[in-house]
Amino acid sequence: MMPAVKRRRPGNPILHSLLLLAVIAVLFPFIWIATAAFKTQIALLSGVVVFTPVLSSFQEVLFSKTSEYLSNFLNSTIVGLGSTAIVLVIGTMGAWSLSRARWPSWVMHGVLGWAIVFHMIPPITMVGAWYVMFRMVGLYNTYAGLILAHLTLNLPLVLWMMSVFLREVPMELEEAARIDGASTPVLLWRVIVPVILPGLVATGLLAFIFSWNEFAVALNLTARQTATVPVAIAKFAQEFEIQYTQMAASSVLSLLPALVLLLLGQRYIVRGLLVGAIK
Amino acid sequence: MAKASEGMERFWRTFTVAPTVVIFLVLTALPIASLLVMSFHSVKWVQALPQWTYVGARNFQALPQDQLFRDGTANTLLFAAAAVTMQMILGFFLALASSKVARGTLVYRTIFILPILVPGIVIGAIWKLMYNYDFGVINQLTGLLGIAPHNWLGQKATALLSVIVVDCWHWTPFCFLLLLAGLESQPADVYEAAKVDGASPWGELLYITVPLMLPTIIVTLIFRLIVAFKVFDEVFLLTGGGPGTATEVISFTIYRRFFTEDRVGHGSAISIITLFVISTLIVLALGAARRRGREA
Repeated sequence: MMPAVKRRRPGNPILHSLLLLAVIAVLFPFIWIATAAFKTQIALLSGVVVFTPVLSSFQEVLFSKTSEYLSNFLNSTIVGLGSTAIVLVIGTMGAWSLSRARWPSWVMHGVLGWAIVFHMIPPITMVGAWYVMFRMVGLYNTYAGLILAHLTLNLPLVLWMMSVFLREVPMELEEAARIDGASTPVLLWRVIVPVILPGLVATGLLAFIFSWNEFAVALNLTARQTATVPVAIAKFAQEFEIQYTQMAASSVLSLLPALVLLLLGQRYIVRGLLVGAIK
Repeated sequence: MAKASEGMERFWRTFTVAPTVVIFLVLTALPIASLLVMSFHSVKWVQALPQWTYVGARNFQALPQDQLFRDGTANTLLFAAAAVTMQMILGFFLALASSKVARGTLVYRTIFILPILVPGIVIGAIWKLMYNYDFGVINQLTGLLGIAPHNWLGQKATALLSVIVVDCWHWTPFCFLLLLAGLESQPADVYEAAKVDGASPWGELLYITVPLMLPTIIVTLIFRLIVAFKVFDEVFLLTGGGPGTATEVISFTIYRRFFTEDRVGHGSAISIITLFVISTLIVLALGAARRRGREA
């Protein structure tokens, strides 16, 4: 026991200072943008370090007549919740079917293989085709259109993660339920879902965050009425006279959902990222 | 009775997988097929309906002369190689450090994953302000060292480098997370044996950790390399591909040709080429990973 502890000691201060440096590198941009959001445009432009915090940028972003940020926020929430709910249902059923329902192996490998390939290709290559298709059937600039696009982008991740979580459900549990006469819907809803609930939470949190963050597709499939938060923030940068403090304030506001979810479900998110990325 | 329930089981297993298959067919396979068709056409919008004119392989023949496409491809390759190399090195040493400390691994890990959860466009917004010539904090900090302010994003020489730095901030945490998971699953007894044999920390790193970690390192590297081709959000916000074509990346070229210039056929051709190259890389990588898995 003793030597193991001893071996760690000497390196510790150096390692901790190295890690602390990395922590500062990660956190500094967040802190800096937050201070910028509480400055007046003049204070920001003059580059002062000490300043009186003001809420004017937040008020401007949230409540001014010309700002549409609240409706952007609502759009992102609708698309995020809608696409997450649907993709969890579709993906969980699909993952269960592929891993438990004795398909020939080419079916399983075909679907999961396609999911991996699709997960890794740049979404921007697909957007053009989606744009043409959606315009033809009237889905361009609708919630339904963007929800469909986002659930398609997230489906590979959900299939993959749920397959991993399903692997941890003992086969005996399913067999026992079958012997008791459970039909497939009952089995899925009453037996499988309760067991994989933590996995569902982890997957759902990630799917929501990725939908919330997605830009390249939202940019091209939405117009003013359905524009999401990232699209709105990108608009700031394209204006002739950039409202820097408002850009900062809307950036800070856009981080709140992810921050809240991280505080509530830190454990789930870390696990989700690991499962989603590794297995 | 047994027959009937078997029939029901067949129905349910098809029913449960059907939405996934339909989504993949309608929203991934069909769009790729339509990209292929569009790449052989010139498409014009007349009253919200596309008018197609067959132009043969002209869209593809035009690509080698397309300066934007050429610079976009070159920059994407350079960007991916440089950014991912940096991320892997930083991520590896951070993972090594936090696996060696006795306390605080969870705190470090939680803080380090933050950038992964932030929208790419917001990362772009944050760094655009930090890089600002007049009031950005980066010029303020270099000013403390007595260096004259520099237009990081506006100068050809530093624009791509500045975008690479942002990408490292964004994605080093991802490499860190995967490599840390790899380090934590290593067999402890090998290290005990090395300690008994009196291995130095550097010897341990070079002759034990790195060889044991090699499969994880390779998988992470290949995965990050392929995903690095997705880069779009940060470039859109930071530089818009400029100055000139200094930060033009292939995703941005597709966006520009397709949406800002409305050259649907031309944009589709670039999409098809990109899809082809990347899916070939993915299939090769997966094949290699599987062969490795079988040998091990």
